[in-house]
Amino acid sequence: MPTIRIDLPLHLRRLANIPGHELALDIPPPITLRTVLDTLEQTYPQLRGTIRDHTTKERRAFLRFFVCEEDWSHHSPNTELPTAITNGHEPLIILGAIAGG
Amino acid sequence: MSSIRLLVGTRKGAFILTSDGTRKSWQISQPHFPGWELYHLKASPADPNRIYASQTSSWFGQIIQRSDDGGLTWSPVDNNFTYDGVPGTHQWYDGTPHPWEFKRVWHLEPSLTDPDTVFAGAEDAALFKSTDAGASWLELSGLRTNRTGPGWQPGAGGLCLHTIILDPTNPDRIVVAISAAGAFRTDDAGLSWKPINKGLWSKYIPDPTAEVGHCVHHIAMNPRTPNTLFMQKHWDVMRSDDAGDNWTKISGNLPTDFGFAIDVHSHQPETVYVVPIKSDSEHFPLDGQLKVFRSRTGGNEWEPLTNGLPQKDCYVNVLRDAMAVDTLDDCGIYFGTTGGQVYCSPNAGDTWTAITHDLPAVLSIEAQTLP
Repeated sequence: MPTIRIDLPLHLRRLANIPGHELALDIPPPITLRTVLDTLEQTYPQLRGTIRDHTTKERRAFLRFFVCEEDWSHHSPNTELPTAITNGHEPLIILGAIAGG
Repeated sequence: MSSIRLLVGTRKGAFILTSDGTRKSWQISQPHFPGWELYHLKASPADPNRIYASQTSSWFGQIIQRSDDGGLTWSPVDNNFTYDGVPGTHQWYDGTPHPWEFKRVWHLEPSLTDPDTVFAGAEDAALFKSTDAGASWLELSGLRTNRTGPGWQPGAGGLCLHTIILDPTNPDRIVVAISAAGAFRTDDAGLSWKPINKGLWSKYIPDPTAEVGHCVHHIAMNPRTPNTLFMQKHWDVMRSDDAGDNWTKISGNLPTDFGFAIDVHSHQPETVYVVPIKSDSEHFPLDGQLKVFRSRTGGNEWEPLTNGLPQKDCYVNVLRDAMAVDTLDDCGIYFGTTGGQVYCSPNAGDTWTAITHDLPAVLSIEAQTLP
């Protein structure tokens, strides 16, 4: 089963007691943003509601998804992630938008 | 000897301040949940080591934390605040219909008798209840869906339910306050609600005596006299002696009756405290002088309390949940400022000392008196 690397913001790592910058999850294909987030929330229930809405599953406005240096925030969550992600070469980056001051 | 534990919510984390009963020397914890806004923390009256905390962020949304050991360790509990049924709309600032959207929890009010029961006041205005220590939340939707709900409009800080008062003599009675809808009361444990705003007068709304639409900033009650409520409205300090059915103005000789915080002495139900703020457009004390005003007569006659407070160049605000009282014999009064100061008076307001000058902006303070 492919191992997916996920890079989370500091506050979410602290909330879920995740050491280091990244975590790794084993996820069966097909691997999409939706399946990664579903597995992430299943593994770390503390993160439910912090990345996407509980009910609608829409991305929270101030978070972005980056895949191989591309902004995937507005991609369909059902789009399959590229090989560099699914083979663990690159992490899926979940990033807090730089906002405020 | 008794001790005091202050639960301080700030813009950048929570802090727990502790002292023995002399309230002279304080220990300040490391920040809990650093970087997050902690709108409110409150302990269960039935189990002082059970504390609930509202942790929120524009980025990551709402988290509710629970501690079972007096704030030493915390665990996140359920953060799913879903409005009951089809939520419908309230009014937006411009008077157009706007869908109800959950944003954050402003205030947590644990049950007076059951540590596992806690109420949460939300923005957009709604009241939620958990009976399993925060493991799940259900909306008491009779409040939001009462006939006036679609006409509620947000205040400048949002359409927030920020005050929850439980009647110690009547478990079915709850009073809440919403900016800028007003005050509401249930007498059937949250099934049905009615506006309790008779006597309020708000010059900035089309009908100054309207049934709803008043920007109530905070309400305080002494548990010994649950029918007597004291209110800091946007402008005006008010009191009610019939659980909110009727209100009368008690601003009296206050230099300005705008403000946010209000509280009542633990042992003297007619001794009331407010912190007058210059105006709704200038959120700082008059003339740069930070003054708490105390009335020993239930209002109208107020005395400034300044001993130990900065009397020049002070331009902080004191927010609605940022004042608290302890229950020691010599009642302690506490308040926090948007400048990060936390002040303590161990003698009912006669003298003040700063416990700290250097926290992030203070959003809320609760005082626990521990045996």
